Amino acid sequence: MDLLDKFDSIVELRSSLPFEKADPFKVVIEEVISETEAIIGGRHTILAGTNNYMGMTFDEGAIEAAKAALDDFGTGTTGSRVLNGTYGGHKALEAAIADFYDMEHCMVFSTGYQANLGMISALGGKDDYVIIDADSHASIYDGCSMGNATIVRFKHNDPENLERRLRRLPEEAGKLLVVEGIYSMLGDAAPLKELLEVGKKYGCMTLVDEAHSMGFCGENGRGVAEQLGVEDLVDFYLGTFSKSVGTVGGFAVSNHPKFDVLRFVSRPYIFTASLPPSVVASATKSIEAIKRSGNRRAHLWENARQLHTGLKSAGFKMCTEQAESPIIAVHLPDVMMGTRFWEQLLIEGVYANMAAPPATPAGMFLLRISVCAQHTSEQIDEIIARFKSTAAAVGLDV
Amino acid sequence: MQERASIMAKPETLETIYGLIAPINKKGVELKPSSTFASDLELDSLTVMDLVADIEDEFDIVLPLNMLPDLETIEQVADAVEKIVS
Repeated sequence: MDLLDKFDSIVELRSSLPFEKADPFKVVIEEVISETEAIIGGRHTILAGTNNYMGMTFDEGAIEAAKAALDDFGTGTTGSRVLNGTYGGHKALEAAIADFYDMEHCMVFSTGYQANLGMISALGGKDDYVIIDADSHASIYDGCSMGNATIVRFKHNDPENLERRLRRLPEEAGKLLVVEGIYSMLGDAAPLKELLEVGKKYGCMTLVDEAHSMGFCGENGRGVAEQLGVEDLVDFYLGTFSKSVGTVGGFAVSNHPKFDVLRFVSRPYIFTASLPPSVVASATKSIEAIKRSGNRRAHLWENARQLHTGLKSAGFKMCTEQAESPIIAVHLPDVMMGTRFWEQLLIEGVYANMAAPPATPAGMFLLRISVCAQHTSEQIDEIIARFKSTAAAVGLDV
Repeated sequence: MQERASIMAKPETLETIYGLIAPINKKGVELKPSSTFASDLELDSLTVMDLVADIEDEFDIVLPLNMLPDLETIEQVADAVEKIVS
C-alpha cells in the first residue's frame, strides 16, 4: 500500500489547472530589489502579495542589529527556550512587545503558527470549550486539534450566531473565545466590540490574533482591538513577526498574573529551538520602529484606499465594500479564470496571491493583494493598470 | 468514539436532516440513512461544517468540531443529535 496514493486526487486537480508559464505554488523569487520589487522568472516584478505591510524587511536599524547579533551570538541558539535557548535578546524582545501592547507579560514563540498552537492547546483543557470563528486561520484550527478541549465553531464575524452557541454551553465551564482582528484572505475586519462583549457576557476568556492587523490598526499599531477601543476585553493577544515586523516568529501577550506558567506547559513553545539571535535583534528594532511609524501607517492606509478605489471603479468584484485593511481581494468566477488571471498578471509584472479553497471560505477563488507602506502611489497606479490589462488579456468581464 | 450498535435514529430526525441537506445536494443524490457526506453527497469538509452549524441551530444543540471525523453518514449524525438532545 503506497501511503501517497491518497493524494492522487490532489495531484489530478493540480495537473488539470491550465498553467503554462508559471505555477502559483512554485514561484521562485530570484532577486529581491526592495520591499516592493523583485525579479521573478527573469522579469522585473512589483511585489503585491508578500504581507510585508509595514515594509520593514530592509529597515536599516533592524539589519544592523541583526548583523551585530550574528557577530556577537552566532547563527543560532541550538536549544529550547526552557533549556539553553533563552538569550538576553529574547528577554529584551519580550519586554519590547509587552511595552508595545502596554501589557505585563509576553512569550515569544519560534513562529506565529506555533504561537497559536501553543496558546490554544495549552489554554483549552479537557473539560474546557474553545469557541472559534468559522473562517479562522489554519493555525487556530490546528491548535484546536492539538489540544483536548471541545471545539465549537460560529459563523464568521457573526456575534448573534456566537451568542446562540455560547448559550448552549455549560455556564460554569472554562471557555476560550478565539477571534482574529483582520481575516487574511478577504481582508475583512472583525466586529471585535460585539464579539468580545458577547464572549465576556458568557464568561469567556478571549484571545485576539492580530497577525494581519498589528503595525497599522489603532493609534499605536496594536491592532483592531486598539482601533475599536476594546483592549480591556482582550485577555490574550497573539501576533507574528512574519508580516508587519518583517522577519519570522510569533508572540502572545497578556496581563494575566499566572501567564508565565504557560512556558512550562505549552509544548510548541518547549519542544522546538528558539529563534536565532539575529532574528530576535531585528524583530526588536523593527517593533520599536513601528511604534514611531505614524506616517508610514498613514501612507499604508492611503495605498490601500487608492488600490481599492481604483480596482472597484475599474469594475472588479471586490471582497469588501471598502478597504478594511491593506489586504485587497478580488473575486474571480472560477478556478480556471483564477489560474489564467494570476498567471497573466505575473507576466505583466505583478505578483499577487491566488487564493483557493480550502484557504478561502465558501469555495471562493480570489486574487489577493497585500499592500506595502513602501509602495509609491505610482506603483499602486501601475498595479491597477496591470489588473485592467490582465482582465482584457484573459477575457474577464469587468 | 462510543459504540453506537443499537441506536436507531427516529424518522423525524432523519427527515429534518434531509431537509437541511436538500439545498446543498446539488447533484440530487437520493438521501438515505447510509448516505455518506464525502463519497455519496460529494460535500467538502467546509460544506459539512456549515451543514453541522445548520443542524446545531435546528436542534438547538452543540455538535463539537471534535465529533466530525466520526460522523460520516446521515444516520451517524442523526444518532449523535438524538444522543445530545436526550
